[in-house]
Amino acid sequence: MEMSARAKCGETGSSLSVSDILATLYFRILRINPRRPNDPSRDRFILSKGHAAAGLYAALALRGFFPQKVLLGHRANSGRLHAHPSKGAVPGIEVSTGSLGHGLSIAAGMAESLKKTRSKLYVLIGDGECDEGSVWEAARYIGRVALRNIIAIVDDNKVQGYPLARQKRTLDLAKQWSAFGWKVLRVDGHDCPALERAFREARRIGPAVVIADTVAGKGVPEVEHTQGAHYYVPDTAAVDTLRKKI
Amino acid sequence: MRNDFVRQMLVEMKNDPSVYFLTADLGWNALEPIEKAFPLRFINVGVSEQHMVSMAAGLALEGKKVICYSIASFATLRPYEAIRDDVCYHNLDVKIIGTGGGYNYATHGTTHHTIEDFAIMRVLPHMRVLAPAYSWEAREATKTMMRAKGPFYMRLGKSPNIAFEKPLFRFALGKGYGIREGKDITIISTGNVLDLAVKTAEILYVRGIEACVISMPTIKPIDEGIIRKHAAKKKAVFTIEEHSVIGGLGSTVAEIVLKTGLNSKHFEKFGLPADRFLKDVGDREYLLRKAGLEATKIAARIQMKLGR
Repeated sequence: MEMSARAKCGETGSSLSVSDILATLYFRILRINPRRPNDPSRDRFILSKGHAAAGLYAALALRGFFPQKVLLGHRANSGRLHAHPSKGAVPGIEVSTGSLGHGLSIAAGMAESLKKTRSKLYVLIGDGECDEGSVWEAARYIGRVALRNIIAIVDDNKVQGYPLARQKRTLDLAKQWSAFGWKVLRVDGHDCPALERAFREARRIGPAVVIADTVAGKGVPEVEHTQGAHYYVPDTAAVDTLRKKI
Repeated sequence: MRNDFVRQMLVEMKNDPSVYFLTADLGWNALEPIEKAFPLRFINVGVSEQHMVSMAAGLALEGKKVICYSIASFATLRPYEAIRDDVCYHNLDVKIIGTGGGYNYATHGTTHHTIEDFAIMRVLPHMRVLAPAYSWEAREATKTMMRAKGPFYMRLGKSPNIAFEKPLFRFALGKGYGIREGKDITIISTGNVLDLAVKTAEILYVRGIEACVISMPTIKPIDEGIIRKHAAKKKAVFTIEEHSVIGGLGSTVAEIVLKTGLNSKHFEKFGLPADRFLKDVGDREYLLRKAGLEATKIAARIQMKLGR
């Protein structure tokens, strides 16, 4: 919220909808060591929905991958942080993303390479991103060859760039993934203990997808569930209100 | 050249256990020796070129060296963004192999013709572009590519079945090879239209014009030295390629020729029509003729240009 307010632009709603997922992954699930960000035995996390990068940067900073003051360089001249993740900009970013529909295939390659190890691949995909055909190229391949070390997470926040998800939803995400050979777990994406249980289960039964029922703009009542959440840019008053609430 | 590539890949994969070979459901009756020898490192990802290239990037991020194989048009155009964002932006060790570039899949129609691959590949940062002309170049280019790090695109076509190599040739990235001597003009060609370039030079010789022929298996990085040398010494420089006249070898050479002070009076590029899809039905030779890539026509045009 502070980063978006400072940059005076952002896709804040998308970062807010994944914040509980990122918190659970980075503080309870991922086997990572911020002091050894390239440890070969680490779990890998790919933010395929790269526009939620602000959330990822915050999670990485809080987990100790880099000092929090680096966050001031988000979308700023001479800063280090693009609006979408760029590998090498700061420690902890596994893959550069931004164009949608790439992460799952990249994870498939990493998973193929790591299949004899204990490392797991977590890929966070948006529900809007599931419009991309390449997501299903990857899903079909991973389901077919049963790459067991992949856990996909769909941030099902029902809002995307331009109103589409508000049309009547006739497609059942769970059925789609299941048809492609994936184990499907559904969970409240803002219930951290439930997320943790789902991720632990998914680690065991992969390839699995955790469909997280989330709220775009979570935490800011005036934008929650609205189309406006996607490109929401908070002002400092909104940041103060949220800080007090927390 | 596909078989030369496959034979060399068997050697490279034996030498280097980090090499993976991905195909997007193509290569039947050609890739089986690789699949048989390295079943765990040969993966048919299915008919999914975008997935193939992004998956290759994932493998390369974990330290693997990865081949992505398909028909040239499918290997380049369909997954172009994955090549840019996932392979080139991360500067990864992924080699895109496009078979049947140009009109090599002649009768298959426009979807299978590849007339823009050099242009779109050479514009990408970190990407190197190869187009061998015959067996020796295909084998050596494969070896060189596999022993170099980073992104490559290699276009393969049918070999003209002529051994143009000379005992002194040592293949290196970004190097052109003199195939035929000639004091008046220089013809530079890339890929398997080399035989057309040689044929053009033979016709010109009979008409009293001595044309030197250079084969340029690397389009990026280009052999700037050899182009500058010939531009300085010869009356004119010409390029021949089985690619649109926009953005390929001709454009690359033109950029260098301009720097040498030569102008359009002393340079011309021969290639496929800039603004037209060829819809004619026929074999490769027929289509090249329809596109104007014919030795007699090129020779006549060169003569006119030289005022002879």
